[in-house]
Amino acid sequence: MLAPAAPDSRGPDFRGPVYLDHAATTPMVPEAIEAMTRQLAVAGNPSSLHAAGRAARRVVEESREAVAQALGARPSEVVFTSGGTEADNLAIKGVFWSRRAADPRRTRILVSAVEHHAVFDCVEWLAAHDGASPVWLDVDEVGRVRPETVRAAIDEDPASVALVSVMWANNEVGTVQPVAEIAKIAHEYGIPVHCDAVQAVGQLPVDFAASGLDALSLTGHKFGGPVGVGALLVTRDLAVTPVLHGGGQEREIRSGTLDTPAIAGFAAALRLAVDRQPLLAEQLTQLRDDLISRVRAAVPDAVLNGDPASDLDARLPGNAHFSFPGCEGDALLMLLDARGVECSTGSACTAGVARPSHVVLAMGADDDLARATLRFSLGHTSSESDVDALLGVLPGAVERARKAGLVSASSKR
Amino acid sequence: MKVLAAMSGGVDSAVAAARAVAAGHDVTGVHLALSKSPQSHRSGARGCCTVEDARDARRAADVLGIPFYVWDLAERFDADVVDDFVAEYAAGRTPNPCLRCNERIKFAAVLDKALALGFDAVCTGHYARLIDAPTGRELHRAVDPGKDQSYVLGVLTVQQLAHAMFPLGDTAKAQVRVEAAARGLQVADKPDSHDICFIADGDTAGFLRNRLLSEHAGSGDGAGDGMSGEIVDVEGNRVGAHEGVFGFTVGQRKGLRIGTPAPDGRPRYVLDVSPVTRTVTVGSAADLDVRAMTGVRPRWCAEPPAGRVECLVQLRAHGDPLPAVVRLVDADTLDVELLSAARGVAPGQAVVVYDGTRVVGSATIDRTRR
Repeated sequence: MLAPAAPDSRGPDFRGPVYLDHAATTPMVPEAIEAMTRQLAVAGNPSSLHAAGRAARRVVEESREAVAQALGARPSEVVFTSGGTEADNLAIKGVFWSRRAADPRRTRILVSAVEHHAVFDCVEWLAAHDGASPVWLDVDEVGRVRPETVRAAIDEDPASVALVSVMWANNEVGTVQPVAEIAKIAHEYGIPVHCDAVQAVGQLPVDFAASGLDALSLTGHKFGGPVGVGALLVTRDLAVTPVLHGGGQEREIRSGTLDTPAIAGFAAALRLAVDRQPLLAEQLTQLRDDLISRVRAAVPDAVLNGDPASDLDARLPGNAHFSFPGCEGDALLMLLDARGVECSTGSACTAGVARPSHVVLAMGADDDLARATLRFSLGHTSSESDVDALLGVLPGAVERARKAGLVSASSKR
Repeated sequence: MKVLAAMSGGVDSAVAAARAVAAGHDVTGVHLALSKSPQSHRSGARGCCTVEDARDARRAADVLGIPFYVWDLAERFDADVVDDFVAEYAAGRTPNPCLRCNERIKFAAVLDKALALGFDAVCTGHYARLIDAPTGRELHRAVDPGKDQSYVLGVLTVQQLAHAMFPLGDTAKAQVRVEAAARGLQVADKPDSHDICFIADGDTAGFLRNRLLSEHAGSGDGAGDGMSGEIVDVEGNRVGAHEGVFGFTVGQRKGLRIGTPAPDGRPRYVLDVSPVTRTVTVGSAADLDVRAMTGVRPRWCAEPPAGRVECLVQLRAHGDPLPAVVRLVDADTLDVELLSAARGVAPGQAVVVYDGTRVVGSATIDRTRR
């Protein structure tokens, strides 16, 4: 279980942490800690030619092979990065630059309206500074990109599309996207497709080759590995211009001394996560469905966001995302935190200031509902007692947050 | 008690929160995000509105081991404080935004939300004392006269003070810094904030010009910028020109840019600002003397004056307490007679009424008389 929380002043109601924020980060598995710490004591730069370097190189390459095997990729397709954000930056910018260099007409980037900021902001940056024309692909009311939307967007001018990027599963509302179908459509036009699969790996079956994708991002700390290490899977025939320049350690498209201990922990965690994925998904689906029905019973007007179906091709098994009408999500979060329940509003902060979720807005909700969200995300340490603890405090918190919401609303001009 | 500590990122509010924790309260820290477009770094010592200030506040909360959140009040602040600030200057008055922020944000929007969420009090780093006397709660000046901030709290009502907590009122600023260092707070030697938090570069006139020009731009007023006008002396002779009455404050001497010197060669001061005729009147220091004034929108945190009452009044932040006689003309009008003349009393500022060190209440200065 988790390490005890730092001492704080959370009053007599406090029952100890109930962690319902696995989508933010999930505890490391012991096997990953062991694999990582074993390497921390060993010196050796994998790029060095002497014995110490060779030993480190061996750990890195065995890890690469394990990652490839776990995800249906070839070892040469694995590019280690510092995490999901770097992998997304490398894919979006690197593929955009290469594709446009090959044909200057290719300036359009087709990207879903519900992407994580690591993709979203790359595209906006390229639009603001480098002549890219973003095309935000609409989603339906459950947050899903329809394949025909992608086809229609391409058809407007196929020759001008640099790349398509659609996430495997959404980090806020958990909706699973039809990425294989989207890849198939894009390939009819010879357009490469990138996918941010950061939330999917470990919760859903992910097979790179079978998906037909050209590039796929993942990060270690979402499936029991360490923070600060991730990978971009990228096919050999996709040209990617580097973002980080230097020693060219990773296929000349990513530079920086490889972090042997982190990579060893990453590979160990991934191997386990993929082995355990079918059983974990089954357990989490059951626990999550239970959580949803109990929240609905306790707070009848709570709105479940995302796909109501609980199949693995519909929704992440660990995700439950609600709007609580009349509440501010951050007030609810504070009240639950004070009672030892740790969750998230689901949306990104700007300097700690909660913004209405762009994902929920894109799904057609109004501003108030988009500010009234809470995400409960389950993972490998979750149990029925976590759901019990949540339900013990949620109704009171919702009632109180609603009163505070009324105060805020009535004092608005 | 469950206490919400407003933490600006400065040393005062950090130590105030620390003292609330040390007193055994269940404390939660909150940083108020007040700027619509927060800058990532402070320029100089100013501000409590930057991303860096929010981080300093979070760091202090972490050291104290208390939960910490950011509350977004940028829209409310803009509507209730900044718009009011601009409108007051445009009307030829000199507002005090800190006072407005205490009245409408910290001890209204924030306090109301805190109470609804189950908190009992809002704690700030203001230098003022709350004394629970047998007859009720009293607001008093801080013991450190150089830091006393009771003036900007003079707008608070009894109900607001009932849920306020000012742990620093009995302490000198220097001691607060020593205590911050002893408690391991990184902000121990962070410079004091000055001036107006939402005007980061300190250029009030430039800020007002931008805000008012953008409002004018929408009005389709074709006659120039519609803001420039004349500077005249008390006889009505034109002695200069200006680009807008905003930014001129009664009692101001610098920045008038008058070419012709006064006949007596003495410095000239702003005596009056008339936005309707866009005229700024200047004159000698003696012309600035004010012996009486009318205050409007009084607010009381003690028994309102009955009849003519001798008291002390303070007419601006960091101003001296002046002996005066006050009288409530009606529920909305306070008449103030000073026992000796004061200089540079600007309409728009607050007159805060004291009984010794105790705050009785306040009103907004509407008109002054010589």
